[in-house]
Amino acid sequence: MTTEEILRADALTLGKLIKSGGLTSEQVTETFISAIKAEDGKYNSYITVSEDAVSEACEIDKKIKAGELTGPLAGVPIAVKDNICTKGMLTSCASKMLSNFVPPYDATVVKKLKAEGMVILGKTNMDEFAMGSTTETSFYGPTVNPCGTNRVPGGSSGGSAASVAADLAPVSLGSDTGGSIRQPASFCGVTGLKPTYGTVSRYGLVAFASSLDQIGPIGKTAVDCAALFNIISGVDERDQSSTVSTKVDVDAVAGFDVSGKKIGIPEEYFGEGIDEDVKARVMEAVKFYEDHGATVEKFKMPIIEYAIPTYYIIACAEACSNLSRYDGVKYGFRPEGVDNLMDLYIRSRSEGFGMEVKRRIMLGNFVLSSGYYDAYYNKALQAKALIKKAFDEAFEKYDVVIGPVAPTTALKAGESLSDPLKMYLGDICTVLINIVGLPAISVPCGNDKDGMPVGMQIIGKHYDEQTILGFAANYQRGV
Amino acid sequence: MEITLDLIEYLEKLGRIKLSPEEEERTLKELGSILGYIDKLGELDTAGVEPLSHAFGRTNVVREDVVTNDDMQDLILSNAAETKDGAILVPKTVE
Repeated sequence: MTTEEILRADALTLGKLIKSGGLTSEQVTETFISAIKAEDGKYNSYITVSEDAVSEACEIDKKIKAGELTGPLAGVPIAVKDNICTKGMLTSCASKMLSNFVPPYDATVVKKLKAEGMVILGKTNMDEFAMGSTTETSFYGPTVNPCGTNRVPGGSSGGSAASVAADLAPVSLGSDTGGSIRQPASFCGVTGLKPTYGTVSRYGLVAFASSLDQIGPIGKTAVDCAALFNIISGVDERDQSSTVSTKVDVDAVAGFDVSGKKIGIPEEYFGEGIDEDVKARVMEAVKFYEDHGATVEKFKMPIIEYAIPTYYIIACAEACSNLSRYDGVKYGFRPEGVDNLMDLYIRSRSEGFGMEVKRRIMLGNFVLSSGYYDAYYNKALQAKALIKKAFDEAFEKYDVVIGPVAPTTALKAGESLSDPLKMYLGDICTVLINIVGLPAISVPCGNDKDGMPVGMQIIGKHYDEQTILGFAANYQRGV
Repeated sequence: MEITLDLIEYLEKLGRIKLSPEEEERTLKELGSILGYIDKLGELDTAGVEPLSHAFGRTNVVREDVVTNDDMQDLILSNAAETKDGAILVPKTVE
């Protein structure tokens, strides 16, 4: 295989070749590390590149040869978002606050990757503390979209999506609180799965909004995402929200047949504010399913109108509480020359956090504060109940619900930072899914008039990753 | 609702954050427009709807209270800005 073929290959192909002896993990890992060193200056998709990846790959080769590692992705390298703890490797959350934080432990998902025999290439760039939709709020500078260098890669897992799109990682892990896997996957033209809440342990994921956060795979194909999902999912006693062990049948995903399946299309996902090109590409993909025997029905879901307010109230409320741990005491940034404890707290936080993080902490404190709690936070939890009811009703009728991932394709760099509300509104299609904990996948489905990728979002029932991955794989097989 | 400078200062206090006067001005404007949009939720009829905190109806999950982690004192202290005699050092808290 040539260097170029290795870089372009999907993860399962690399895994098969490594297992059969056609390639070694060392060869593959070295190829990716060299490519990152040569090319990532253009994209800034990595914050940290592992110094030990190649030597780790050598050890893994020995274990594969000895028959100790037999998984489908053994020996395959992977990029990991920088809010997932890696023992002994900087985990900065793209924040000045954690720019010196070296975790003393591995996140559960990282332990699972290592047990599979996957090699960590490095840690990917993101919006600071996963707060943002463009990867422009990173303390380490913005990531550039490989599909168009004047475009943002989306966010917050922009580095994880861009590294796969730029052939600088075969697969990656991201995290999704309100669309942070699906939207960058859509903007960069790759596939990203946000699993059902509770199927993948959050232990070792730096918390943003604990009732919404979920780790998931990003890859070149839905089948790769299925294989990686099987590795990272499972019950973990260290995460009390981890519920049942969901595994998918990867062969069944690859050969999935959509005939007889029912697709629901919420009209509001194709209304005002959604780009014409985005609507057209997604509907063409839906037509593909119809041509292959699925039935399609439009339905109304008026609650979508309240998705953004509900999401930002819940997410910011949880964030302001989760981020109260950053006080300059136990770990993280501490400024020089503080003379009392309160000064230490205030200066550590004021100098350590970027503006978007501060804004969300303040918004969270506002909606939880005395006098406003009922009107905002409690109201949002009531809206959450209504959103759940709307999806429960939809899934009585349909196997999947399909819409766009985002109202637009990748935005031009620098466009949304000046107007946070505008950035928040771009999350309209994704945030509902986190509020009710459903699984959803972002699948590339063609380009807009400027050649930028459009993403289709396939939403499934709780724990039904099998069906949405199957739908995605069926489309990728047929197109 | 109307956002005032007093409210911004109150939120800084709650969040243990100090903004510069320019940041306060900017935040005043931005929080105003964000909350203006969020206020839309007030239109939604939620009469009689029970607030839902966990989408799956999970309640507390407990495990046996046994120590499973190893001694990592040095490793954990290595992330603190200042340490002394196996403890984390902070400015004097009591006179």
